Amino acid sequence: MAARDSTEIEIDLLLEAIYQKYGYDFRQYSDAHIKRRIMNRMVLSGYNTVSEMQFQLLHNKSFANDLLHDLSITVTEMFRDPGFYRSIREKIIPILKTYPFIKIWHAGCSTGEEAYSMAILLTEEGLMERTTIYATDFNQRALDDAKQGIFSNTLIKEYTTNYQAAGGRSAFSDYYIADDNMAIMNQNLKKNIVWANHNLVTDSVFAEVHMILCRNVLIYFKRELQNKVHKMFYESLINGGVLCLGSKEGMYFSELKDAYQDLDPRQKIFKKKY
Amino acid sequence: MGYGAIVIGVSSGGLNALMKILPSLPENYPIPIVIVQHVSPRSDGYWIESMNRTCRLNVKEADEKEKIERGNIYMASANYHLLVEKDKTFSLSTEAKVNFARPSIDVLFESAAEAYGEELIGLILTGSNSDGALGLRKIKEEGGLTIVQDPETAESPSMPAYAISTTSVDHIFSLEEIANFLQTLGEGN
Repeated sequence: MAARDSTEIEIDLLLEAIYQKYGYDFRQYSDAHIKRRIMNRMVLSGYNTVSEMQFQLLHNKSFANDLLHDLSITVTEMFRDPGFYRSIREKIIPILKTYPFIKIWHAGCSTGEEAYSMAILLTEEGLMERTTIYATDFNQRALDDAKQGIFSNTLIKEYTTNYQAAGGRSAFSDYYIADDNMAIMNQNLKKNIVWANHNLVTDSVFAEVHMILCRNVLIYFKRELQNKVHKMFYESLINGGVLCLGSKEGMYFSELKDAYQDLDPRQKIFKKKY
Repeated sequence: MGYGAIVIGVSSGGLNALMKILPSLPENYPIPIVIVQHVSPRSDGYWIESMNRTCRLNVKEADEKEKIERGNIYMASANYHLLVEKDKTFSLSTEAKVNFARPSIDVLFESAAEAYGEELIGLILTGSNSDGALGLRKIKEEGGLTIVQDPETAESPSMPAYAISTTSVDHIFSLEEIANFLQTLGEGN
């Protein structure tokens, strides 16, 4: 066998240590992505090798927390990809309206911006009262932020533009109270959101739901892990349930692609066949 | 020696520059090309379709997990970083902007340098920032070939100038020379 690059061996060992010590499994994430995140942390922390980080990971809790946080991508925004939310309004809301109660699973909700976006949309469509949104993530720090529902005021302008482009029916300012630094989301938006720690890689089926949103999470997984998670989504959805992926994520490589029909291929919205 | 891929980084003034290079390549061009062009996060990719009509090679957005194959010019999607895996497939990422850019040229170049080593050609064109300089240096360190547009001929000179100041690059060319060089390289590949 040809000798492997030392850094790659060290990264494999680091991911193994993270799994054995902390229970987070990044071993089936895309290599280039993981390597980039780990090398970033190495440079930031002033270490010369990944092996030096291995010691810190095992013996320095605060370093371990930082590294785990780095490996979870928390970049998100309100009404991200406005065309997606427009499509939800036009094509999915009529389907959801036929159910007496609605359960939505937002898998990988990060800091919650998209869960709040969905709560706003459902409120405007008169469906929030009979909906429960299960917003889950494995990153507890992000989840704690999400529960707070406090966002930096500097982002509000962009979010307002997104909200309007998404077909918002009100003024975005109706949904938060702002001061010079912060915008605090209205409490009633949170009423039917259940925040929960759930790990797509290591945990099992979460609940039986009418709709799943998992946007820009699967892109980080290798194909085998993508298939495993797709299976979990399939088992969680009711027949006729709706699966929403990120704008550049498809079903092309999924073993389950024939189990869904396209509702909006451009926005990556799929319906589980009966 | 055969080359496995060409990566191109370009920013402001980029469409004009690309249009002076890419349409001249034949449809049987043997080296796949991967491009990060800085665009607005809200770009709908229409410009990619328009490039596809002008080029003989197939111009398309790079899909996640897609295998990199000859005959194609792959463009990074707006608002996603594009990375190359060791198995010569693409990964996408929404992680924070790098050099104020997503997609970032450095992210593509650094990952492609790891994947292709000395079989990679890196090319920096016009742009008014410093993205791509570190990536180009990485390509050089891994033994790849590095080319930069002559800043004096660039619509926005700072990106090429920054790349030249960071790496001792192999060639500094005008757009016309780049087009000719890539064609010749294709014939010998």
